[in-house]
Amino acid sequence: MIDVDSFTSTTVYTIYIASTPDKVWQALTTAEFSRQYFFGFAVEAKLQVGGAFIVRAPDGSLHIDGEVIACDPPRKLTVTWNVTWPGLVEKLGPTLVTYEIEQAGDAVRLTMIEAHDRPLSEDILEGGRQGWPAILSSLKSLLETGKPLTVKTAPPQRMLAALKAMGIGTP
Amino acid sequence: MSKPEFVYVTYIETTPQQLWEALTDGDFTERYWFGVRLRSDWKMGSSFEMVHGDGSVSDAGKVVEYDPPKRLAYTFVNLSETYRNDIPALATFELEPHGKLVKLTLTHAGFAEGGKMLPAISKGWPAILSSLKSMLETGRPLEIPRTAIKPEG
Repeated sequence: MIDVDSFTSTTVYTIYIASTPDKVWQALTTAEFSRQYFFGFAVEAKLQVGGAFIVRAPDGSLHIDGEVIACDPPRKLTVTWNVTWPGLVEKLGPTLVTYEIEQAGDAVRLTMIEAHDRPLSEDILEGGRQGWPAILSSLKSLLETGKPLTVKTAPPQRMLAALKAMGIGTP
Repeated sequence: MSKPEFVYVTYIETTPQQLWEALTDGDFTERYWFGVRLRSDWKMGSSFEMVHGDGSVSDAGKVVEYDPPKRLAYTFVNLSETYRNDIPALATFELEPHGKLVKLTLTHAGFAEGGKMLPAISKGWPAILSSLKSMLETGRPLEIPRTAIKPEG
């Protein structure tokens, strides 16, 4: 079992959504929703501690191979968010992602916290810092308007170069 | 190590012109910014103020950049006793067209060492900019209570 206390948060993203905690929870944990706002990626989670947490790329291949660390629906979910690129977890260690969901008036406050158990360069962290705002902006739009966003972002070049330099397989 | 700055990125289905207006027109800001009207003539070096419904000014600073609809920058600091050790930090907004969307990047930097503004704005901006996004995409801002963005401690 992973020691959550040995992780330090590196990226925090907070967004407020006109929705309910249950709907936000559902959007974060089901493929039906995630495919819409997460650019075709499918979240498949067994929602209990120790359960599998995986994300499939649009072509069905495994992109994230993780595990549920903490699960308190619809308030808090912590998972290991391990990208399946060859050598990545061995070199960078596991990535921990926590979602916190709180009622804030008529809105819901969703906080995403990315944490790592060792120091990582700003270049490596660029991946999450570029990705999360696009994913969660699209999730908010989906829940509020019924339509996700079409965000076309360039791949995080600095991160890919840094991974390559460490001998980690990148697409 | 984290730098003493706050960066927030969001994608909004709107046009740069509409987003620019929403960021600079007091009639707009009043709707999504906890009732705050921004007051400025937006000339370089002019004063910048956050004005509340009762006419009081909570925060003040200066206009540093005004390049519609691409870049906007102003300094401000809260005028209350709580923030007496703080200095006006610089908030810079960058608007980039992104297909049918606009990518909005806010970088707020230049805080006083050990000041209280950074933790306060780190709580405030996500609420303000989430409400702005809702207003532009759905016509309705969010109803977020002020207590939700109160700094802890």
